[in-house]
Amino acid sequence: MSTTTAPPPRKTNRIGLEIVNYRGAKTTLCAGCGHNSITERIVESFFEMGVEPWRVAKFSGIGCSSKSPAYFLSQAHGFNAVHGRAPAVATGAMLANRALFGVIVTGDGDTASIGIGQFVHMLRRNIPMIYVIENNGVYGLTKGQFSATADMGSKLKSGVINEQMPIDCCLLGIELGATLVARSFSGDKPQLQAILKAAISHRGLSVIDVISPCVTFNDHPGSTKSYAYLKEHDQPLHKLDFVPFFEDISVEIEEGTVQTIELHDGSEIRIKKLGRDYNALDKLNAIQVLHQAAEASEVVTGILYVDPRGKTLIDMLDLVDEPLATLPESRVRPPREALAEVIEELR
Amino acid sequence: MSTVETALAPPRALESHRQVVNDFSIQVATVNGSGSQTANLVLMRSIFQMGIPVSGKNMFPSNIAGLPTWFTVRANKHGYIGRKKEVDVLVAMNPETAREDVMQLDPGAAVVYDAPLKLNELRSDLHFYPVPFDELVKPVCPEAKLRKLVRNMIYDGILAALLGIDTEEIHKALFKQFGPKKVKAAELNWGAVQAGFDYATATFAKTDPFRLERMNLTGGKIIIEGNAATALGCMFAGVTFVAWYPITPSSSLIEALMGYMNRFRVDPQTGKATFAIVQAEDELASIGMVIGAGWAGARAMTATSGPGISLMSEFVGLGYYTDVPAVIIDVQRVGPSTGLPTRTMQGDLLFTAVLSHGDTQHPMLFPSSPEECFSMAGECFELAERFQTPVFLMTDLDLGMNYWMSDPFEYPARPIHRGKVLSAEDLDRLQEFARYRDVDGDGVGYRTLPGTNHPKAGCFTRGSGHNEMAQYSEREDDYMNNVDRLARKFDAMRGAVPRPEVRWNPLASFGVICAGTSRYAAEESCDQLRSEYGLEAAYLRFRAYPFGPGLRDFIHRHRRVYVIDQNRDGQLLQLMRLDLEPEDIAKLRSVRYYGGLPIDARTITDEIIRQEGL
Repeated sequence: MSTTTAPPPRKTNRIGLEIVNYRGAKTTLCAGCGHNSITERIVESFFEMGVEPWRVAKFSGIGCSSKSPAYFLSQAHGFNAVHGRAPAVATGAMLANRALFGVIVTGDGDTASIGIGQFVHMLRRNIPMIYVIENNGVYGLTKGQFSATADMGSKLKSGVINEQMPIDCCLLGIELGATLVARSFSGDKPQLQAILKAAISHRGLSVIDVISPCVTFNDHPGSTKSYAYLKEHDQPLHKLDFVPFFEDISVEIEEGTVQTIELHDGSEIRIKKLGRDYNALDKLNAIQVLHQAAEASEVVTGILYVDPRGKTLIDMLDLVDEPLATLPESRVRPPREALAEVIEELR
Repeated sequence: MSTVETALAPPRALESHRQVVNDFSIQVATVNGSGSQTANLVLMRSIFQMGIPVSGKNMFPSNIAGLPTWFTVRANKHGYIGRKKEVDVLVAMNPETAREDVMQLDPGAAVVYDAPLKLNELRSDLHFYPVPFDELVKPVCPEAKLRKLVRNMIYDGILAALLGIDTEEIHKALFKQFGPKKVKAAELNWGAVQAGFDYATATFAKTDPFRLERMNLTGGKIIIEGNAATALGCMFAGVTFVAWYPITPSSSLIEALMGYMNRFRVDPQTGKATFAIVQAEDELASIGMVIGAGWAGARAMTATSGPGISLMSEFVGLGYYTDVPAVIIDVQRVGPSTGLPTRTMQGDLLFTAVLSHGDTQHPMLFPSSPEECFSMAGECFELAERFQTPVFLMTDLDLGMNYWMSDPFEYPARPIHRGKVLSAEDLDRLQEFARYRDVDGDGVGYRTLPGTNHPKAGCFTRGSGHNEMAQYSEREDDYMNNVDRLARKFDAMRGAVPRPEVRWNPLASFGVICAGTSRYAAEESCDQLRSEYGLEAAYLRFRAYPFGPGLRDFIHRHRRVYVIDQNRDGQLLQLMRLDLEPEDIAKLRSVRYYGGLPIDARTITDEIIRQEGL
């Protein structure tokens, strides 16, 4: 005789879905790749925030990182574009259907080299979506060449030293119009998750540069994007708490220790001071801190800059509320009289 | 009262009392940036309003101000509106080019010129009419800085007197051109027209044979640039997304479209736009945005020219291989690189047909007139969504940027069809959703749009190998199945794209084939061959690629077929070869023009006669 005990109830989110509804195909990346941790954080964040998977559109370019969108939210639509060109495809899709929830997951090759033109113009347009850069400083799929985010003095496995200036995608983001800019480390689970959730709530372009070590080509001594280097040089700017709009957590806040930033949907980012003063609403300060960190060989992480009210491209174009993609004929084909009016002017 | 110049003993050619009525061309040579466009358009429209078929072609430099520009108005009672090789009446306003312009004329042409240029000293076999433009403009335009702009309007008055243009028609055209908000400017210019007319009437004894007389062949017609017609076609096709990068000669298409969309496509209730137009950072981005928007379900388009097409090639291959609809308008211009950016060519045919790496094939539509710009723009959107693939509208600078007489456009007869798109309800009924399965045998699978609220709707679109479930695959059978399906799709398009226009001729010695704007010169050439050489020709004008079965049929019925190309390499002919057997190919003969001007009938006629050995 045996007694059957009911299995513990599965955890569901605010829209009644389980975490499995947010997973994707099995990863084909190397074991230990930082990208897989980022995938996990994305799955958890979207689950915990209760985003409808069918509403999500995932975009990527080409490279190891660009394979990631296949590994989360398999119920969502995805588009694996050409190298460096996810921003253009995403821009078109997000304008075609403003109800979509857009996520680009791509790499440093896509973002800082072949697609930098598209990246910087996407920043200027402040397209409301999330742009995650899985930044490992090397090209993995072509076996270990430097990317444009490799730091000065960083060493390849072959012993080659990088002597060219790195491109800091966060600096570009802050300068050129992204309205939430953050840097994190794939190994910092709570921080990355808080940033991702804030990005989900933010209405505007969120650029998240995640240092994500490449275990195969860039995790050796002398690399500045290795796990060991990050453990030593990662300097979180602050401790982040994210309070979503659907959770009412009121806590006692000690005056002057926490900066609270309210996002478009009513969620809050609570930034707790760690040692230094940091105002995430101050653009100039953010730029200065990034430059200072680079000089001191520090990797500062956290939410670097937020502008919760910046105008998006959808505002600038003054689009109708409904998705353009599915407007009925009556709203996209002007009537006979309109043609007659134009023809009359041309006689 | 006659001038000194015309008092010279006229050469024999000038003694004739022949009259040339409603069959000649007028070329105005000016400096760009001098405001001559208004005077030229008013001239063209006045002749149009007199009921005489007319065309206007602007040959301009790649420059904002200070370089030579020529505008040619052709009036033709038979309705030929292609370019005429010979200039009959020259208005020489540009000191830089006046000498060469005069030396190129055939004997017997008339020249209206700025008197200080003393062009009459160059030749004695032309009819010269010197006009002191600077003296005439002073009293009508007291404000010195405006004189440069008003001065050109004087030649409209001169030509009215010499050629018999009704000044009331000039008045009407002029005030239409300036519109109700610029009445003062129109009045100033009207003063210049009158000054020119009065001067010519009082001064010149007409010695040239060219005259205009009223007809009634333009009633109900309109005058429009091809680019504006294409823009209208896109709007009435229900375009919702446009991305572009400025490039001559396509910029005016998008600018016209913006004007129309802001006027007719802003939601009356909310004041919000039912469209998005994005000026991209380059053509890589503009086509990427179009692919993204088309993938998400919008009717999406871009317009560009050859250099832009080159940049778009990678993305177009992705669109083809992943079955994403897109409309790409190529307003063709001359040459690789910058080439001659303000001159016309049909130079992108071969490249576009197979644009991108790997195995690719793309449909192209070839409009020849503003009506076809309008209707084919609409057909491009229908084809793109029905076949889920990039579709090209291959227009050119001649059609896009010149003014054309046209019949009014027909309002679209059919409702918009968005192609094979599955809704959430459709997915409920289906056992399985396989994005790339060829359910209907036409190579076109069913798609779901992002944002469809159904657990089965999700689909991953990838440029890497994929099976019919849209899953990653490097299997040889999956790859071959997919590209074979795409080939079937292309074949299915043969029967769906616009059919060629064919004029059979039972007496034909040979056939003539052309596409797009070559039609005007080709049609006129067929008439020249008949009237001047007694040669009959059958005629076929392609309206789209892939070519249908009509091509082989046409070639089988003729011993020789001349293929007209506006490019050096005979690109249309080369495309035809891909569909033909060796015995058919042996019948093809190539007639090519690639100098940057619109092809003319005489060039075709002379070349056919040469190849016929006559």
